[in-house]
Amino acid sequence: MNLELLLPELSLAFFAIVVIMVDLFIQRKGLLVWVSLAGLVVSAGFTLAMWGGHSQTIFNNTLAVDNFALFFKLLFLGIAALVILASVDYASKFAYFKGEYHALVLLSALGMMLMAATTDLISIYIAIELTSISLYILVGFLKDPKSTEASLKYLLLGAVASAILLYGMALIFGFTGKTQLGEIAQVLQAMSPQTLLASPGLVLGMVLLVAGFGFKIAAVPFHMWVPDVYEGAPTPITAYLSVASKAAGFAIILRVFYSAFGFPNWLSLDWGLIFAVLSAIGMTLGNVVAIPQTNIKRMLGYSSIAQAGYLMVGIAVVGLSPAADVIGRSSVLFFLASYALTNLGAFIAIIAISNKLDSDLIDDYSGMGRRAPLLALALTLCLISLIGMPPAAGFMAKFYIFSGAVQHGLLWLVVIAVINSVISAYYYLRVVKVMWLGQPVSEEKVPSSGALRLALSLSCLGVLLLGIVPGLVMRLAEIAASMFAF
Amino acid sequence: MDFPYLTWIIFLPVAGAILIAFMPNLSDRLIRRMAAVFTFIPLVLSIFLFFSFDRSAGAAGAIQFEEKLSWIPTINAYYHLGVDGLSLPFVVLMAFLGFLVVLISWKIHLRPREYFAWLLLLEASILGVFSSLDLLLFFVFWEIEVIPMYFLISIWGTGRKEYSAIKYVIFTLFGSAMMLAGILSLYFATGSLSMVEMRGLDIPIAGIFFLLFIGFAIKLPVFPFHTWLPDAHTDAPTAVSVVLAGALLKMGGYGMIRICVTIFPQVALNYAPILVAFAVVTILYGAAVTLRQTDLKRLIAYSSISHMGYVLLGVFALTQVSLTGATLQMFSHGVITGLLFAVAGLVMHNSGERNLSKLGGLARQMPVIAIVFSIAGLGALGLPTTSGFAAEFLVFLGSFTSTIVAGIQVYTILAVLGIVVTAGYILWMLQRVFYGPVLEQFNGVVDADALEKVYMVTFIAVIMLVGIYPAILTDVIKLGVLPMVGG
Repeated sequence: MNLELLLPELSLAFFAIVVIMVDLFIQRKGLLVWVSLAGLVVSAGFTLAMWGGHSQTIFNNTLAVDNFALFFKLLFLGIAALVILASVDYASKFAYFKGEYHALVLLSALGMMLMAATTDLISIYIAIELTSISLYILVGFLKDPKSTEASLKYLLLGAVASAILLYGMALIFGFTGKTQLGEIAQVLQAMSPQTLLASPGLVLGMVLLVAGFGFKIAAVPFHMWVPDVYEGAPTPITAYLSVASKAAGFAIILRVFYSAFGFPNWLSLDWGLIFAVLSAIGMTLGNVVAIPQTNIKRMLGYSSIAQAGYLMVGIAVVGLSPAADVIGRSSVLFFLASYALTNLGAFIAIIAISNKLDSDLIDDYSGMGRRAPLLALALTLCLISLIGMPPAAGFMAKFYIFSGAVQHGLLWLVVIAVINSVISAYYYLRVVKVMWLGQPVSEEKVPSSGALRLALSLSCLGVLLLGIVPGLVMRLAEIAASMFAF
Repeated sequence: MDFPYLTWIIFLPVAGAILIAFMPNLSDRLIRRMAAVFTFIPLVLSIFLFFSFDRSAGAAGAIQFEEKLSWIPTINAYYHLGVDGLSLPFVVLMAFLGFLVVLISWKIHLRPREYFAWLLLLEASILGVFSSLDLLLFFVFWEIEVIPMYFLISIWGTGRKEYSAIKYVIFTLFGSAMMLAGILSLYFATGSLSMVEMRGLDIPIAGIFFLLFIGFAIKLPVFPFHTWLPDAHTDAPTAVSVVLAGALLKMGGYGMIRICVTIFPQVALNYAPILVAFAVVTILYGAAVTLRQTDLKRLIAYSSISHMGYVLLGVFALTQVSLTGATLQMFSHGVITGLLFAVAGLVMHNSGERNLSKLGGLARQMPVIAIVFSIAGLGALGLPTTSGFAAEFLVFLGSFTSTIVAGIQVYTILAVLGIVVTAGYILWMLQRVFYGPVLEQFNGVVDADALEKVYMVTFIAVIMLVGIYPAILTDVIKLGVLPMVGG
């Protein structure tokens, strides 16, 4: 049993416990941030040490350590670090539970790291539950009515989604007799198309899996929880949800659908098209409903539904492309990295501004360009990246994903997607307009802690770097996509 | 690879924009002077390029001052810059306008730091569009100009500025969206993003042609995609109108020649009849609507639509002479309309009035402005010795003798009728604003000051120079156009 392959996860779990201990025994709460960051750094160090090697599996093929998993682990660790830095400003709101907050962030990151590494249906479910339960608590952390309602909504809908997921997994197990993804793939390859389509349970199982995972990634029509949960949760957690849990969901979808259902080519064409349709609907609905929003967190919630739509274009490409063609997977990975930086940057700026304003309404952001020019500029850059315009990362991400789509017969989807980008420009620019053209209500500066500014600078730097010289990260995404363990 | 002139020309304004935006404690005067310096050097460099350009016959179609670096190997994208006979005049045009608009903006007092930062960024992106030889790089520069334009119009504009700004953005982004789909399809079809490599291919797919063409047609603009233009031009601040009319519109025409005609010659041949018809509609409709305008800037804006119709006619008549004429018309219109907007801005600012029915007799109170405006107007209607005449003459000659479209002679004659209408609205405008009875309320208005006279004279000098000796430009242009018309 090669436990050293699990060092990133073990070290993170260890540090989560250390954080709780520190909270119990030490009065200086500032130390908690340092301990959490230390844990993330140590775990990242172990992850990096394993990069580039060949794929290995542990625990009887239920967990894989390949470049795909390592890419996501690094992504989640980075996101968690930025979220923890950005939460420093929220410290006053979590007065009594800072230890638990940081521990839960670390534990949910742990769960996500496992989600990216699992190759067995049962361990997928376990990893999802570990992540989700930590997130349910984190969403309700503010203890005001809205936050509690958001948490309950997330819990209930998440439980339903998990149940559907489990049912789908049970059906697949029932019809293939296996839970390990590679073994499922072998069973499916041995079947002929007639046998497969003649066993409706199997097809239903796949559909239910799409539904269960779709909840996680905020795909339409499983997206209803998003606006309320995003609005009610503490803003750092909204950021965390919108980026990390979405990335984890996509990691699992790629893993499951590529490994288990990818190889009978006619099967992958089927689910590829399903994702293409879901993508088109998701983009359009997300963008159109975002237009009348007045609360910036809700608006970004609908925007993330739309962005999930763009990502699903990549999944559709994975379905429609032959196994040797990496572009579908690597473009999704690149988009996730770019989206993580962009959305985190946007939310971090919002944390600082909304903290000062004590309001999340877009109209209250009026005149921010004058009161907090650097924050406003950072938010503007991230919004431009969300529209998908150069020189921001969002443009390169969309270009990469759409080029894969055009190469595999999805030009119609690309046209829908680019038109959606134009529609989205309207509501993103509305925030920009309010900030730079509006009159400020007062001339007070917007305070922000050093930690927040550090996190914001790192995000914006990342957005610009990935927008101007994306070559390195694209290459990393290619390496990460092309190695898979079955 | 020698000294990377084009990179310096493009990125000096970027450096200037960053410095102006972020350096603390800058006085308004220092900001203006910095902007002037960071736009003057690219102008000098571009003029240097213009005169060191190899004009020998052997250089036909050759890319000069080329720079090529690998940018994103994963998608085969290169940082590839270069100019040939087609793009060099536009680089010079933008560098020229870029410097002059800083002078035109000398009196801006509202948030000058942001204003000049966005203005310099705008200039850099337009210069980048004209120098790019890689489709991704071209598209990146094409998109970057949208955000500065949005801010420039919506903060420093007049009238319905926020509406006009977002209208401009949505229209442009829609065109870019179509262009992106086209570029991705081209990449899929050819496996490369290099505009140079694609020159020899004759891609027969009309769908890709039209995806790309829509983007350019919205920019040029072609009827019926022109509705963003009057609002954007009218409500933008003076300097931005100059850049918009002078250089941004040309990006559309340049794209049509560089991408649509060069890479898809067969498709262009097949669809030339329809496109030439659209050109004539643009010319005549634009001119007719201009006659009805009562706002000074809106009048000039609509006249731009009409003048860009000549460009479209010249492009899709697909002969060497007509393509040369179209390019020369773009350069000439850039300078002439730039001057028209600059002077209109002066008139509006000094007299406080922009409605034609309320203006009158200003030649008495502002003689210098009146003379300059009149010369610009004569250039717009194509009076011989102005560049407008040289350009329009080449377009008409080229399209009349073209064998591409049956009956193109009829289209040409209709287009020439557009000149008559142009003369009508220009002369009528001049008469209403400057000539006629002197009005009491304008008795104290200020004429142009020294700085304004400097840039007005510079504009006129270029108009006259190109008008009297068009070979200075056509010698360069025809080298770029020649390889295209082999087919």
